[in-house]
Amino acid sequence: MKSLRRYLDKIKPHFEKGGKFEKLHSTFDAFETFMFVPDKVTSKGAHIRDSIDMKRTMAIVVFALLPTVIFGMWNVGFHHFKATGQEGTMFELFWLGFLRVFPIIIVSYLVGLGIEFAFAQYRGHEVNEGFLVSGMLIPLVLPVDVPLWMVALATAFAVVIGKEVFGGTGMNILNPALTARAFLFFAYPSYMSGNEVWTHGMMSGEGIIDSYTGATPLADAAAGNISNLPSVSDMFLGIIPGSIGETSTLAILIGAAILLFTGIGSARIMISTVVGGLVMGLIFNLFAVNPFMEIPAWEHLLLGGFAFGAVFMATDPVSAAQTAKGKIIYGFLIGFFAILIRVINPAYPEGMMLAILLMNVFAPLIDHYVIEGNIKKRLKRAKV
Amino acid sequence: MSAEKEPLFSGKNIKLLTEPLNDSNPITVQVLGICSALAVTVKLKPAFVMALSVVIVMAVSNVVISLLRKTIPSRIRIIVQLVVIASMVILVDQVLKAFLFDISKQLSVFVGLIITNCIIMGRLEAFALSNKPWQSLLDGIGNATGYGVILVIVAFFRELLGSGTVWGYQVIPKSFYDFGYENNGLMILPPMALIVVGAIIWIQRAKNKKLVESN
Repeated sequence: MKSLRRYLDKIKPHFEKGGKFEKLHSTFDAFETFMFVPDKVTSKGAHIRDSIDMKRTMAIVVFALLPTVIFGMWNVGFHHFKATGQEGTMFELFWLGFLRVFPIIIVSYLVGLGIEFAFAQYRGHEVNEGFLVSGMLIPLVLPVDVPLWMVALATAFAVVIGKEVFGGTGMNILNPALTARAFLFFAYPSYMSGNEVWTHGMMSGEGIIDSYTGATPLADAAAGNISNLPSVSDMFLGIIPGSIGETSTLAILIGAAILLFTGIGSARIMISTVVGGLVMGLIFNLFAVNPFMEIPAWEHLLLGGFAFGAVFMATDPVSAAQTAKGKIIYGFLIGFFAILIRVINPAYPEGMMLAILLMNVFAPLIDHYVIEGNIKKRLKRAKV
Repeated sequence: MSAEKEPLFSGKNIKLLTEPLNDSNPITVQVLGICSALAVTVKLKPAFVMALSVVIVMAVSNVVISLLRKTIPSRIRIIVQLVVIASMVILVDQVLKAFLFDISKQLSVFVGLIITNCIIMGRLEAFALSNKPWQSLLDGIGNATGYGVILVIVAFFRELLGSGTVWGYQVIPKSFYDFGYENNGLMILPPMALIVVGAIIWIQRAKNKKLVESN
């Protein structure tokens, strides 16, 4: 570490103003602050600075995502072996999943960070750290057999259209990872939905045994085959087909615990999202005109990407509502709409992505009215 | 008539023709006529025909209104403008139906909707009512071409990426598909037209410093 610091200090003058590589300042700055806590202090006025800057925040979120990544890799292997009727040790399952998932993660990071660096360099900004999390989230919400060039294209779209046109990290209206997923979902539906895409090797059809359908529990439920639903413990542990990182509610809960313990994720949003989902589920239970509406409200929370969205996507601090009351409304409506879209609209089996994107758009409006309401309340108090 | 006769293609008149192509483009700068830009730009051919129809409708109605400008009572001017535009649109529609039936079917209701195209009404109100026929003709052609150029650019990218064709001919080679290339389904959906227009505006503002707004 010491020698690295010394080396950085030695080459630093080249990147300062007037140095040889002045133009590459943003790039140098990004690497330096990534490895060492910056020693920058505020020059004017009294400020208290927390040691937890954006890079540290992002690192914790990536850390919280690790359980889902590791479980996702194992799950990919598990379903491939199950689909081909083979037996394998735990390590074999994980290794196969690792070989499939790791390239997706690499592509997502390379493309995303490449564009971030290029923009920061061009605009003379510091490189934004926001992509450290998005780059990890994008692979986790995709099916395992998605072609790598599609991952690259979606990542580029999400970073440029979803983020950079609005001014980069902190300015984006939509969650970048979901923008990438939505892009792929609408651009290449045959690779993003159906029964074949969730299990590695199923699209090419090599040696798949007949009894294996590959349908996700959500697809089964939407088709009315409630008896096909796996056991609750399977759904909770996540031994079901689905996007790479979204299947295991347990792994997601571990991540949620890390986020809440460090105070990075908003408990208000997570809880109100779950409540919103439950309320909509209960309303459907009341009517129960088709089998999908009859499944218990709490089971909805285990299905599809609901838990993943509630914990990692809805809580994105940039695109979520900012006020305390606004967060509760925002979260509640996400849960509410997610279940509504999921059950009512047969074209979109998973409502979580669309619900979060929709509420991302409404978040500034919610905040606006919460603040207006607060001003009115206080004015009234002042007059009496 | 005034004694100093302006040459037909004086600098001022040329400007009427060229300004709408960039500095005051109806779509990218004034953001008018967006609806038809979203609707007819899935394929290049209909978009081109649409652009051509708008050029004709706009040039002729601009001239007609300009000729009538001194006799139209200002209280009923909107109705008169609509009558002129509507007759032109019906003419164009009939010609398309007679000679380009396939494309006419693809454009369907959007030819009729040229009547409500805000660019045409806007130019009649803002220009033709207070200028001479020749200038009005140039202004009409200029604005309609500015609209058409954007339409054609958007349609080119949407057709190329969404269907792999240009003007109906396959451009992306078959071997690409064998390697796993897929047409982008999002390009065919209207939101992508909006994003492409947005990207054009982005590039245009980055290049043209006159359009940069100061806060």
